[in-house]
Amino acid sequence: MDAGLVYLAAALMIGFGALGTAIGFGLLGGRLLEGTARQPELGPMLQGKMFLIAGLLDAVPMIGVGLGLFLMFTKA
Amino acid sequence: MAGDATGYIKHHLTNLTYGKLPAGYVREGENGGELSEATWTFAQSTQEAADMGFWAFHVDSLGWSAALMLLLMFVFGGAAKKASTAVPRGVQSFVELIVEFIDNTVKESFHGRSNLVAPLALTIFTWVFMMNFMDLIPVDVLPTLAALINGESWATISAGQSHTYMKVVPSTDVNITFGLSITVFILMIFYSIKIKGFGGFVGELTLHPFNSKNKLVQAIFIPVNFFLESVALLAKPISLALRLFGNMYAGEMIFILIALMFGAGIALGVLGGVLQWAWAVFHILVITLQAFIFMMLTIVYLSMAHEDH
Repeated sequence: MDAGLVYLAAALMIGFGALGTAIGFGLLGGRLLEGTARQPELGPMLQGKMFLIAGLLDAVPMIGVGLGLFLMFTKA
Repeated sequence: MAGDATGYIKHHLTNLTYGKLPAGYVREGENGGELSEATWTFAQSTQEAADMGFWAFHVDSLGWSAALMLLLMFVFGGAAKKASTAVPRGVQSFVELIVEFIDNTVKESFHGRSNLVAPLALTIFTWVFMMNFMDLIPVDVLPTLAALINGESWATISAGQSHTYMKVVPSTDVNITFGLSITVFILMIFYSIKIKGFGGFVGELTLHPFNSKNKLVQAIFIPVNFFLESVALLAKPISLALRLFGNMYAGEMIFILIALMFGAGIALGVLGGVLQWAWAVFHILVITLQAFIFMMLTIVYLSMAHEDH
């Protein structure tokens, strides 16, 4: 398999994953700020839940990054 | 030098593999020659490790995860034995902190009755956290120690010709993360069948989300429902395992890549040290978060399995 194709594949996997995550985290963070501005006393609880959802949001892009790096360093 | 870098990276990405090489396999290196019969041995190179195929054990992952579990049992068990109702101090205070945290989390998210879930959540959280924590130890320390103990000379090791591979972070091994998630998956199905009965479990897979009063239409919906529901069901353990693997593998990868800078002179070496420290500080968040998410999702999945309408 052409080594260049593997690098290209890894770049696409990581790039598209990052795109989705960036938009998702932006929306998530924005809602957190809005929610905290409305009810400051819920701030810590909302932040905790935000981290939980951030971890879930991160999952598929991280799988992409993991597989991309794996391909880059062992198949090319 | 470039070839050296790839070799260094590949060296750090290879597990210590004990497995069966087939008869007729030609080994390179000092133990060279053709094998007259299938032999069980430690792999001397990445190629050999790959050629072992299915019959290979990642001794380093298994060993380190077992050792970390023993350490945890020692600390938590010791604190439990010496527990007193007086004002807690030291280790007991720390253990109580964690147990209380897990207790509150389970109470919030688990809506059934089970003696298993809270200890399971504690085990998963602490074990995954300890396995992830191994990532913060500088990349070269433990593999070099292992090679020295194995009898290799310092010259061989610094030339990058060491045959002793050791990956100390078990959660960067797909097998370990899948082992954890498949166990959770088995528990999910076990409790689903136990609480809802086998008929209820199958009904859940085939009667949601499309439902109809008409028997004929229902019969047509069953394969559609089954397909959708089984994809959702299988996505759970797969995403659980790969989420943890992807995060940890990427983190370890960046540690290894920064470690490459240590071989390129004093200026880049110092910069490398600073970068390692910075990435490690960021990684502390990722480690804890991933352990917490694994535990949280386990609790949520088991809670869904305990639902009884």
